[in-house]
Amino acid sequence: MAKNILAAALVFLLLAAAAYASLFIAPTDAKQGLIYRILFLHVSSAWTGLTAFLIGFVGNLLYVWRRQPRWDWLGVSAVEVGLAFTTVVLVTGPIWARPVWGIWWTWDARLTSTFIMWLLYISYLLLRTLVEEPDRRALFSALFGIFAFLDVPLVFGSIRWWRTQHPQPIVMGGADSGMDPVMFRVLLFAWLAMLALMTLLLRQRYRLEAMRSEFETMRHELEAA
Amino acid sequence: MKNLDSVFAAYIAAWAIFFVFYVTIARRSASLRDELERLKNSLNRGK
Repeated sequence: MAKNILAAALVFLLLAAAAYASLFIAPTDAKQGLIYRILFLHVSSAWTGLTAFLIGFVGNLLYVWRRQPRWDWLGVSAVEVGLAFTTVVLVTGPIWARPVWGIWWTWDARLTSTFIMWLLYISYLLLRTLVEEPDRRALFSALFGIFAFLDVPLVFGSIRWWRTQHPQPIVMGGADSGMDPVMFRVLLFAWLAMLALMTLLLRQRYRLEAMRSEFETMRHELEAA
Repeated sequence: MKNLDSVFAAYIAAWAIFFVFYVTIARRSASLRDELERLKNSLNRGK
């Protein structure tokens, strides 16, 4: 218990430091001014969300291969955490877009593929509520999770393959990509803080899923008795 | 200080989403822990 509180306090301090660096240490963008500071929240959440979906994908693959419940627990936990981060991306994006683009939303390649990814993972969670038997539920959702992950490389590549409304990549985007070194360091620090938050949430969510599994096993024992 | 309200709104919205998610995990865990305890007691009574 004390270890959990200490971990949560450390994550909170990291997040507060990242927010301070994003708002006060990173230089102001010459073109966009203050509003660009949403980048540190928006981009770090997007990268963390994709990282969580990658962890979920690994969990789903390992479940199909090994059929061990712990991989199912990891899969569903990572998907739920990834959805929380992607929701932040889908909310902060329009708040940033309105003053800069003049519109809240447009159906360009990056925004559309991200929204589809969000819907696919919502469907993954809904699918789990439809299947009662634990092994079948784990297998169906693992297979669906593997299918849903196909959209993740599309989200990553959308701003590299097509030139649409969303800005071009600032990292791994070729010769024209990149940003001010101080801004980049602050962005990496913000991502590190988000990864720490992801780890904390993932651990809590994994424990919940393990407890749920124990509960279902005991309920079946009671019903059989 | 143009668009300060948008930056503020983005940060508030993000922290609200993370906070609500954290609270839902904590509440689901607490409720499941109670049910698990009840179930364990039922099983023990049955033995």
